[in-house]
Amino acid sequence: MYKSPRTGDISRRGLLKGATALGAAGLILPASVRRAAAEPKRGGVMRLALAAGSTTDSNDPGSWDSQFVQILGTARCGYLTEIANDGSLIGEVAESWEASADAATWTFKIRDGVTFHSGKTVTPDDVIASINYHRGDDSKSAAKPIVAAITEIKADGNAAVFTLDAGNADFPYIMSDYHLPILPSKDGKIDPTTTDGCGGYVLDSFEPGVRAKLTRYPDYWKPNRAWFDGVEMLAVHDSAARQNALITGEVDVIDPVDLNTVHLLERAPGINIMSVAGSQHYTFAMDTRADPFKDNNVRLALKYAIDRQEMVDKVLQGYGTVGNDYPIGINQRYFNPDLEQHSYDPDKAKHYLKEAGLDSLKVQLSAADAAFVGAVDAAVLYSEKAKAAGIDIEVVREPNDGYWDSVWMKKPFCAVYWGGRPTADWMYSMAYAAGVPWNDTFWDNKKFNELLIAARSELDADKRRQMYYEMDDICANQGGVIIPMFANYVMGLSDKIAHDDTVAGNWTLDGFRGVERWWFA
Amino acid sequence: MSDIWIMIAKRLALGALTLLVISVIIFSATELLPGDLAQAVLGQSATPETVAAFRRELGLDLPAYQRYVNWLFGALQGDFGTSLANKRPIADLISLRLGNTLFLAVYAAFIAVPLSLTLGILAALFRNTVFDRAANAMALTSISFPEFFVAYILIFFLAQSGLFPSMARVDPSTGFTEALYHTFLPALTLTLVVTAHMMRMTRAAIINLLASPYIEMARLKGMKPMRVIWRHAVPNALAPIITVVALNLAYLITGVVVVEVVFVYPGLGQLMVDSVSKRDFPVVQAVALIFAAAYVLLNLLADVLSTLSNPRLVHRK
Repeated sequence: MYKSPRTGDISRRGLLKGATALGAAGLILPASVRRAAAEPKRGGVMRLALAAGSTTDSNDPGSWDSQFVQILGTARCGYLTEIANDGSLIGEVAESWEASADAATWTFKIRDGVTFHSGKTVTPDDVIASINYHRGDDSKSAAKPIVAAITEIKADGNAAVFTLDAGNADFPYIMSDYHLPILPSKDGKIDPTTTDGCGGYVLDSFEPGVRAKLTRYPDYWKPNRAWFDGVEMLAVHDSAARQNALITGEVDVIDPVDLNTVHLLERAPGINIMSVAGSQHYTFAMDTRADPFKDNNVRLALKYAIDRQEMVDKVLQGYGTVGNDYPIGINQRYFNPDLEQHSYDPDKAKHYLKEAGLDSLKVQLSAADAAFVGAVDAAVLYSEKAKAAGIDIEVVREPNDGYWDSVWMKKPFCAVYWGGRPTADWMYSMAYAAGVPWNDTFWDNKKFNELLIAARSELDADKRRQMYYEMDDICANQGGVIIPMFANYVMGLSDKIAHDDTVAGNWTLDGFRGVERWWFA
Repeated sequence: MSDIWIMIAKRLALGALTLLVISVIIFSATELLPGDLAQAVLGQSATPETVAAFRRELGLDLPAYQRYVNWLFGALQGDFGTSLANKRPIADLISLRLGNTLFLAVYAAFIAVPLSLTLGILAALFRNTVFDRAANAMALTSISFPEFFVAYILIFFLAQSGLFPSMARVDPSTGFTEALYHTFLPALTLTLVVTAHMMRMTRAAIINLLASPYIEMARLKGMKPMRVIWRHAVPNALAPIITVVALNLAYLITGVVVVEVVFVYPGLGQLMVDSVSKRDFPVVQAVALIFAAAYVLLNLLADVLSTLSNPRLVHRK
């Protein structure tokens, strides 16, 4: 019997309500972009041009680092859970789940009747093998850190039981990560190069860095998804080429749109611009171990010397929101509405410089467009505005090539982008907890770290909220990161494409799932 | 004729030696790039442990000279190995792309070479007339613009009106005429870029000859201008023309990455760029070797053809 993926069985226990409430950002689109909410219908081949995709892409989920394979993987594969377009968590391969009282043991009941494209039924063994692939000492999966907390997975009838080393109320969210698709297992192992999957589309051909073609899986278990008969994904790195392809009708969707020319594309007939606020944010990370960033007064001075609104207007062309130096977006759970917004205030910056015992400050800021599009421009804007506060920022233009190897986490002050994560715990644990591999500010705040661990297993929603609000505060006012802006996901759609009024903001392209959520009007 | 064969053999040997030197240079250059594949593939999400596991599995922890020797012997047997990034055999990866690149290069050459030779000869014949000046001005204009600009202009005029597709989408199932249609704009872009060089070389070589006494003699005999050019001038102008044509053909194979990107054409250039940014050394080395081989072979061909075109060089004492 079919069970709606929307309702599932997920709110059976009151204690889990907190975990399943609005998580990642969902967005109600303005009326101008909203499509007539016609009934979805089947048919057509959707052609999608992405700015990502490289010859070096592969089918191995442990290596999915470009949006091309992330979207392709999501179309081809099923996951235990899924973040719905309104930000709530719904079941996918897992029909329902429940936690032990300490949130350290999670039981996922596997949905009946889900099959791989090869015809094999999805079993708990497949789930266990798929997640185990990312675990273990010899794992080279990029998802290794996020599954590190799992100590054991075992099958229990029609369920998979996960044991964690400590309680984590957000664990089911982690299981929706794009690195963790459920793949067919054989003798307790998956073949990471397989092209099989239990998603809505069957992979016909994949030429890495060029294109992928998919057709609808006729036995897909979701009756209200995967509307297109087929999907053709193209890697189109040149932004003008993408726009031309959309204007001339050679593709139906382009992602992303070049913000410098988006106003021209808006005027073109038959094209809608979709702009979705999410968790994607751009940062300037300071190494809190290095001089002069060691002193929190210097960090605060730098936070008050940046004109955030100007950056949103000029670098993002208005397609974004100002950030407040903690990585939780305005539409996310635990966005702290009471926190004072840091704004451009040269006098305050001077005040904090004086507190630090300095009259003026001279620092180098490393940036390259590899960090995020417009990073160099943003750094130059920053430098110009900071002069008024007696801060001399020398912008060092770094090469795009090798930026993440030789600049990020090596230079004491540099530009960074973060895709953001669906939960506050995930985001903070990944990049702000002491000693984690991607803590790019090398920040170690005792109170913050204690709160992070306490909040992770706290199942009382109000208490949990208070803890995160406090962490947001600590991060904003004592942390080593300047977050001037949250960037929207901006895509170009042919007006033939229709979608729900609500579009997910946890990732671009409707949470990577536009391929199965959208349809031809 | 045996002189020719000896010359070809000598040049081939020299070419092989050049390629060997190039292979060392390529290998050292890729070694000098900061970062490595494990970090590049894992990207921002690389942790020291995953990077170490990745490196071990791919043999990146072996010393550089050992990897070079392994690779060279593999390549000599036609085995370029597998891509480090996605484990696909490099021969598969390259063959499709090489086919695409050669197709586009030959397509562009088929338009550009006859066009530039004809324009060059006509410009020489009618030199200093309006035609000569117009042809020169247009050729120089198109070569002066950067390639991507020429490409965008063509897209603006020919693709946005719907005449030709703005993306050169081809795959192995695309038919020949369809492929010609789809790749017309990139071929035209390349034609515009390479025509000026060949045309002006042709014009200059022929004008140079037109001043020689034997051409004067031919004219005095009352020959028609076209016959003077075709029968007497062109054969002696062949050597420089062949050289410049060969250089431009090599360029069409190796230097078209910008055009590939703008027209989304899956050729070798894009493969090279992707592989460099991901530090996929075996692919970079294989592609660079193919580029080097294209230059060496085309230059060899040009040398042989220009020698053949000149009996004095064939029967050199």
